[in-house]
Amino acid sequence: MKRIMEGSMAVAEAVKVCRPHVIAAYPITPQTHIVENLAQMVANGELKSEFVNVESEFGAASVVLGASAVGARTFSASSSQGLLLMGEVLFNIAGMRLPVVLACANRSVSAPINIWNDHQDAAALRDAGIIQFFAEDNQELHDLMIQAYRVAEDPEISLPCIVNLDGFILTHGFEPVEVCDQKLVDEFLPPYKPLNYLDVKNPMTFGALFEPTWYQETRYRIQETMEEAKPLIEGVSKDFEKTFGRFSGGLLEKYRMEDAESVFISMGSVVGTIKDAVDELRKGGEKAGVLKVRVFRPFPTEAIVEALSGVKNVVVMEKMISLGAGGILASEIKQAFYRNPQAPKVDNFIFGLGGRDIPLESIVEAYEKTKKQDNRDVFVDLRKEALEVDY
Amino acid sequence: MVDTAKKKEKPPVVESLLAPGHRACAGCGEALAARLIMDAAGSNTIVATTTGCLEVFSTPYPESAWKVAWIHSLFENSSAVAAGIEVGLRALGREAGINIIAQGGDGATADIGIGCLSGMFERGHNILYICYDNEAYMNTGVQRSGLTPFDSHTSTSPSGSVSWGNPTEKKPLPQIAAAHGIPYVAVATAGYPVDLQNKVKRALSIKGPKYLQVHVPCPLGWAHKPEDTIEIGRLAVLTGLYPIYEMENGEVTKVRKLGKKRLPVEAYLKPQGRFRHLFAKPEGKEEIKRIQKIADGNIERFGLV
Repeated sequence: MKRIMEGSMAVAEAVKVCRPHVIAAYPITPQTHIVENLAQMVANGELKSEFVNVESEFGAASVVLGASAVGARTFSASSSQGLLLMGEVLFNIAGMRLPVVLACANRSVSAPINIWNDHQDAAALRDAGIIQFFAEDNQELHDLMIQAYRVAEDPEISLPCIVNLDGFILTHGFEPVEVCDQKLVDEFLPPYKPLNYLDVKNPMTFGALFEPTWYQETRYRIQETMEEAKPLIEGVSKDFEKTFGRFSGGLLEKYRMEDAESVFISMGSVVGTIKDAVDELRKGGEKAGVLKVRVFRPFPTEAIVEALSGVKNVVVMEKMISLGAGGILASEIKQAFYRNPQAPKVDNFIFGLGGRDIPLESIVEAYEKTKKQDNRDVFVDLRKEALEVDY
Repeated sequence: MVDTAKKKEKPPVVESLLAPGHRACAGCGEALAARLIMDAAGSNTIVATTTGCLEVFSTPYPESAWKVAWIHSLFENSSAVAAGIEVGLRALGREAGINIIAQGGDGATADIGIGCLSGMFERGHNILYICYDNEAYMNTGVQRSGLTPFDSHTSTSPSGSVSWGNPTEKKPLPQIAAAHGIPYVAVATAGYPVDLQNKVKRALSIKGPKYLQVHVPCPLGWAHKPEDTIEIGRLAVLTGLYPIYEMENGEVTKVRKLGKKRLPVEAYLKPQGRFRHLFAKPEGKEEIKRIQKIADGNIERFGLV
């Protein structure tokens, strides 16, 4: 039975059925509802987890690191500045190959301070060795959380996962969600069996000093694992479908791409709006489609090239930018087609930063622009008044 | 010299939980204290260590000197990692009979890691935190920390024609720890090994968060002879500059009295290069008087004589 709930509750309900041993939490808008919901579940005795209220996000990440190192299943969540404060620890968690799972309620990064949505926080951690999922709606979000534990804890992977959900748009947005049944989750997600863990009976050293003769291979192996994770993520999605009767995963999602000549590429909740824009464009006779990037790390290079086979124009719409270089998703898509004679024309747009509203018309307008000229790192809907102000 | 090759009897092998052969400097007070602490704690112990000398000299992969379960994560988080270990073990039902020790240097404890440490105290985790106080950032080349003593020369608080070295006194970390209402706080030194081990055992017999600060002379950073480590540790106590004591539930319960053994601070300062500048100029006498005042204050406060 479906229940109406906000994205934060969809995460909390997913975490609950995954039965984490330890949850460490620190408040930050717009993430806070997730851990508030979990705290209430623990207080009600519905969830038997150690819930640790820490002194900072840095502490939260450190607590789940320690708990994961003894073999516990863990969860934490954050946003924006909180995710950045966790950053040092998150790199460390990835390097130690600990399968910590986190939710990130995506929010812009200060300054100027702004609590609303974009993807800059997740982008800041793209090089950390963390698997990153992006959810479009609350159902997908709920399902991805559960799949994230399976992927993270797979002995062939053993890497942390972040499930991204757009701040406010999903965290505070209500939608019907089919909550996964506990018995089925127990079948789908077996108890975590770490290969190595801190144990007095078999004492091991974790986090040793790696000199230049050893360090580089640790990076190579994470890169190798990231490549191996791509088919594994697809496989986990199929397993999920078998167990729950609903496909809610995979590296990419294609929308109206059968005969598409021009394809939008984007991530997160805005994909829903872009799908509506494509429906409008199709009504006008345009052969438009959407390719949703559900998994940002590992970046699904090969799957994207395959999905875009025969496509003439690609329109990348993204809520993040590498300041000084340009659109991040766009540059990764262009790189995917390097020296490929069938490479499509790639236009890219930056939009929705700091919670700027994205009307359907703006998406259609961007599409029209791609017919007239090349568009590189074009900011959508810049306000003249805001550009003229001295601040 | 004893010709060991001709000796028939081998010396007894003392098994220690911090194995020999690591890369600490000769005369390292921290290595000595760590070995004593591990042996007092025993093998049913999980240790979380911060980044610093202790981690660097003991774990150059694929070697490790640790015979206990041991983890190093970052510079400032051994207390929070240990907290995760504690709750993780409890959630897994594996916590019975296991000691959890978090440890770090003075910079990791008093400066960069004090937030996590305060959180660990406040939440009441059953963890013994050990601060190895060698009074500066030794691993990075002797920079000052919040626990560097007054007038000490370090590479970032150097003495010079208009400076007597570090301008501040030590942060009162044992008192800050005690103010959290934790059940046990103690100060010890590598100079008195039996006292140190007794404090570790006492701490581990108490449930809840514990704080133990251990003065660990550093021949490299303090510029004293490696063979003088124990002596320097004892002189710090005997001059009143580093009182060693225990506090239970906020009250001082035990202090090491000096009695007639009490010495003027010069006895401690003079053998150390980090205080050499105080003896190089006549005006240094005034500075030494100020340091004597710090010792006098400790002696009065803790009733050391």
